[in-house]
Amino acid sequence: MLRISCPYCGLRDETEYVFGGPSHITRPAPEVSDAEWADYLFNRDNPKGVHYERWQHAYGCGRWFNVARNTATHEILAVYRMGEPKPVLATATPPAAAREASR
Amino acid sequence: MQRYSLLKVMGQALRRNIGWQPAWRDPQPQSGYDVVIIGGGGHGLATAYYLAKQHGVRRVAVLEKGWIGGGNSGRNTQVSRSNYFYPVSSAFYDHSLKLYEGLGQDLNFNVMLSQRGIISLAHSEHDLELNRRWANAILMNNVDSEILTPDQIKRLVPILNLHSRHPVIGGFIQRRGGISRHDAVVWGYARAANALGVDIIQGCEVTGFDISGGRVRGVHTSRGRIGGDRIVMSVAGHSSVLAGMAGLRLPITTMALQAMVTEPVKPVLDAIVISAAVHAYVSQSDRGEIVIGGGADVYNSYAQRGGLPLTRSTLAATIELFPCFSRLRLMRQWAGAVDVTPDTSPIMGLTPVPGLYINCGWGTGGYKAIPAGGDTMAYTVAHQRPHELIAAFGLDRFAKGALIDEGAAAGVAH
Repeated sequence: MLRISCPYCGLRDETEYVFGGPSHITRPAPEVSDAEWADYLFNRDNPKGVHYERWQHAYGCGRWFNVARNTATHEILAVYRMGEPKPVLATATPPAAAREASR
Repeated sequence: MQRYSLLKVMGQALRRNIGWQPAWRDPQPQSGYDVVIIGGGGHGLATAYYLAKQHGVRRVAVLEKGWIGGGNSGRNTQVSRSNYFYPVSSAFYDHSLKLYEGLGQDLNFNVMLSQRGIISLAHSEHDLELNRRWANAILMNNVDSEILTPDQIKRLVPILNLHSRHPVIGGFIQRRGGISRHDAVVWGYARAANALGVDIIQGCEVTGFDISGGRVRGVHTSRGRIGGDRIVMSVAGHSSVLAGMAGLRLPITTMALQAMVTEPVKPVLDAIVISAAVHAYVSQSDRGEIVIGGGADVYNSYAQRGGLPLTRSTLAATIELFPCFSRLRLMRQWAGAVDVTPDTSPIMGLTPVPGLYINCGWGTGGYKAIPAGGDTMAYTVAHQRPHELIAAFGLDRFAKGALIDEGAAAGVAH
């Protein structure tokens, strides 16, 4: 069970939220090539590690926000509002510490 | 290769079973191979086997970072079926099911295929309408499919509760659908490939590609550089990470697909039951465990463990359908890192990097495709052009807009 801190309501269970996929994807201009348009529509970074993603507090305030989360450990590294830039994460969490934290 | 037979088992029993040989060698990696396959799961091992058997390519290495069959090949719910909606999918998956039907003989390894029938349930008039359309499309694809009434379902699965919160008002069955033993499929392919000279190298993680002169020349691994001008990526959930080392971006999202088993009980269920509406599929293994497949957690995950909210909803739905399972204890629950594509169809064939091939995007249903995946990828690598059964599943289909949307035909709600 993830526990996510909504920037507006505070710490709540995963079941109150809806996942919205990766953040910071910008739609290219309509005149780009098919390959660039397909890259925008379909290709994803899908990292093993820090993933910047959108969540909606659907069964709470209903508002959208961003989360930086480690996809290998599920550790939540940062929560920030829509429109804000990607946070600079000081250090990548060493796996051992993350394992400790997820216990 | 030591051939397995009843006579062999009896002979060994008389000699206290001291004459069995290891089923495959544990070779040191050579400096180069004709073909290097990354990923020692079912698809990778099957590709190696068919390359050696049908195309005479014997200098083949399968590189596995952990142990063979330790990823999704050992984490699935063992179901084989070919009840797909689109003709290209049906043709591919039915080829796979036909190969499964002869696999035990072909590999001289009992894969315990049991074609007990796979029943998809309809819980509403709308489900039933879609089931009829689906069953008819499958028949048009020359695959067996039959609409069932609630009475027929009750006769096939007496323990099913037709009047639960999700009332069962009909369904359809593919009688050739079934389950087999996933470890046996992996070990059978490994043993047969090894006998044809394939090197299966476990504990060997790929850390990068050697690309020069516009084509791939080899891989860098935790056990040194291994040369090869034809390289196949067959690593399921880690496809994006591996392809990224070659500068490729893929239309893949890695998610945690859950499954679980109960303690073993006497035989009570001799069909596979799928409910799309509640996203649960249930069968009983030969060991007696009730095997329950659930959905994928909704967020990106490489963790190979599922979240509890989804476990709970899967089990709640299963117990509604099978109230007699409510007192069974759950023995294990796990997840596999599955590679989901936007159209839930696989990605197979060539890549923009010459010499580099890809077999991924199986998402929630790669196990049933192992024999055909291996067979068609072996052809593709040997002839350096896609096999006709997988020509539509290329990586280039996304830019062309030629998606094969099997989201519904996966048998579960997505």
